Amino acid sequence: MANFYTDNKDLQYHLSHPLMKRIIELKERNFADAAEYDYAPQDVEDALDSYHRVLEIVGDVCGEVLAPNAEGVDHEGPRVVNDHVEYASGTVRNLEALNAAGLGGMTLPRRFDGLNMPVTCFAMANEMVARADAGFENIWGLQDCAETINEFATEEIKAKFLPRVSAGETCAMDLTEPDAGSDLGAVMLKATWDEAAGVWRLNGCKRFITNGDGDISLVLARTEEGTKDARGLSMLIYDKRDGGVKVRRIENKLGIKGSPTCELVFNNAPAVLVGDRKMGLIKYVMSLMNAARLGIAAQSTGLCEAAYREALKYAAEREQFGKAINEFAAVREMLKNMEAKTLASRAMLYETARFVDIYKQLTHISHDRSLDPEERSEMKFYNRLADGFTPLAKMFASEYANEVAYDSIQIHGGSGYMKDYACERLYRDARIMNIYEGTTQLQVVAAINHVTKGTYLEQMARYEQEPRSEATKAMAEKLVELRKVYEQVVERVETIDKETAGYKELHSRRLVEIAGYIILSHLMLRQATEVEADYLNPAKIFVKYAAKKVAEAASYINSSEASDVELFG
Amino acid sequence: MEKVTKIVVMAKQVPDTRNVGKDAMTPEGTVNRAALAAIFNPEDLNALEMALQMKDRIGTATVHVLTMGPQRAADVIREAMFRGADGGYLLSGREFAGSDTLATSYALACALRKINPDIIVAGRQAIDGDTAQVGPQVAEKLALPQVTYAEELLDINSTQITIKRRLERGTEVVISPLPAVITVNSSAKECRPRNAKRVMKFKYALATSELATADDKRKAFIDERDYLHIVEFSAADVNPDPEQLGLSGSPTKVKKIENVVFQAKEAKTLSAEDADIEALMQELIASHTLG
Repeated sequence: MANFYTDNKDLQYHLSHPLMKRIIELKERNFADAAEYDYAPQDVEDALDSYHRVLEIVGDVCGEVLAPNAEGVDHEGPRVVNDHVEYASGTVRNLEALNAAGLGGMTLPRRFDGLNMPVTCFAMANEMVARADAGFENIWGLQDCAETINEFATEEIKAKFLPRVSAGETCAMDLTEPDAGSDLGAVMLKATWDEAAGVWRLNGCKRFITNGDGDISLVLARTEEGTKDARGLSMLIYDKRDGGVKVRRIENKLGIKGSPTCELVFNNAPAVLVGDRKMGLIKYVMSLMNAARLGIAAQSTGLCEAAYREALKYAAEREQFGKAINEFAAVREMLKNMEAKTLASRAMLYETARFVDIYKQLTHISHDRSLDPEERSEMKFYNRLADGFTPLAKMFASEYANEVAYDSIQIHGGSGYMKDYACERLYRDARIMNIYEGTTQLQVVAAINHVTKGTYLEQMARYEQEPRSEATKAMAEKLVELRKVYEQVVERVETIDKETAGYKELHSRRLVEIAGYIILSHLMLRQATEVEADYLNPAKIFVKYAAKKVAEAASYINSSEASDVELFG
Repeated sequence: MEKVTKIVVMAKQVPDTRNVGKDAMTPEGTVNRAALAAIFNPEDLNALEMALQMKDRIGTATVHVLTMGPQRAADVIREAMFRGADGGYLLSGREFAGSDTLATSYALACALRKINPDIIVAGRQAIDGDTAQVGPQVAEKLALPQVTYAEELLDINSTQITIKRRLERGTEVVISPLPAVITVNSSAKECRPRNAKRVMKFKYALATSELATADDKRKAFIDERDYLHIVEFSAADVNPDPEQLGLSGSPTKVKKIENVVFQAKEAKTLSAEDADIEALMQELIASHTLG
């Protein structure tokens, strides 16, 4: 009776974070729903209890249905039949189970049949789903497209589509095209207004669309004829029930094989506009991408968990030289580092999710009434943190997913290279995570502004002010030292960059990584202070590793001359 | 009957005997209930699923769970409500203690007369006793037709039900008039999972005796909401003949209990000599492992 929630104390720890109280207050708005909906909570404690119970259901479905199906789905994969996607049989069973459990629309308001749960809880669900089957998480996790509809569409559009998401219909976000990948401003799919029918008509083609044959698709299209950049793009909804889109092919991928990556042909497909014209990329895709990036951070953390557990189990069972291989120092060190990276990924994921929850919820409230000055500054404060932390969370978790999956195979030795163990699938699945929804290199582009603007430095100072246990004092002092190193290299880079354009760009990944290592270390220290028995040793291990990485990056920067710009030019 | 309106699932809370450790039995040879988790009897979950499918097809019917046991057996009813049941009945009282299958089916039949359902569904058997007697006995006592070993619900209307039965060498399809008792195999469809909204809605549901010990705030909350009340029947509520209840109503007499203690023994090395193999064969026959 595997349950991916009850067997994971770390997830339960994050659900009990003190900020959850504020998040619930904002999410439940004086618990007014309790009068109208029999499943709405009465108070904070009641809401937390419900979250716990719902996550337990997710954990049960993940352990009992999704995980046992994962291997079959990986082998079978989806296929195109009559211009539409037919999922692998295991995928169909997964969706049936999750829908029977009523887990669609997890974050949506109750008036759209949603569960009205925080983004933090949805991320937890995504993490568990990904631990069971990372490719399936892509399909299921896309329900966060509904959040974008909920935030920006008219009440009429919301009422039409959101209850369907709550009932379990799947979503897609149709952004990329053959010539518009990272550069979405180059999107060409054409939307023209059909006056007679009163709808927009979509014509053109999209490529690399995850779950491209989903029930409800958000489509980025060019509504302004003659334009060539981001300002001519709008966001529209295509409803599969209306028809007009064909799946031309499904990509044959290295991993996440259960997730259909589609090439789509739009032929006069009807669509409705979300929000304002011309704001498609500038505003709505940015919001969509931030949510999607948090989703990938969750997916990556789930993959870390799965890969670490596979390695841990194998290392305990496999004997060589008369003892289990986990008794060898070289294997043990790898396992401990894998554990520390998994915990750090998770710490960063939920820290970010909480920031997102607070500012998103205040945003929703601001649509109904004007916020008081205190709330406005609270929203601004958390918005800035969420924007700064999201690329870090995505980047670190997805890179760690790759590292942990790599080490998981290493611990399995030759057997890990064979198809007999799950670690090879995890390794293939992980490889896309630091690529899609913005490559690590693009996360750096988003994060470097926060290096310059001081978001990370300010937050480090706040973490330094948090109470720390006696046992973590030495590490806390170490982190102050590392922060000074960070300030020094940032200053060096900015000074040289003033004279030599391109110097900051050359070192931006190193700067962002240094900030990340320090922030992740602080989060580990916080946990070690709160639950010493579970987190002190992983915190020590992570801080050692972080200090090494910071020293390495700082040393590189400090020995890098302005002429390096040309050297790598 | 104009249409099916009331479906009752008989379910039992049982000790989880599927993954037993070394402390599963007491030294006296009885089940060590403290060491084993109390779970929803697995085949009763299959039965619940089939009942919910009947409801899905009919649309208007309700599904209630009837369980006999101590107060904590109300967990089974809540679990069923989380998965789709509308409510339940807890049949509880000291009078029922020590019941064998005959006394159990008698007590359940008394309760069912009071509830008066159109269809009764149950798991084929419980994993603690493995008798498969209670369902058929209830049918006999209520003079209802019974369909045992049910694997799939094929059709249902207001007068009859069509069921696929799983037998030793194949399947057969039977049509039974309603009302009827159906007992369901583990080969039937697995029960649907808990549903998020239902869990949030029903998590505070309590049986009458549980409610008595709840705090005032909780009591007031439940009192305002009918659907959070799990009906509790005492022996007196179901008008039984007291002689047929519990120990006095249980003709089953335990002649002897043999305490088989599972012990991991050291491996035994045999030579390739016929004599050694012969000795092992004798030992296995004597211990009833063979023959």
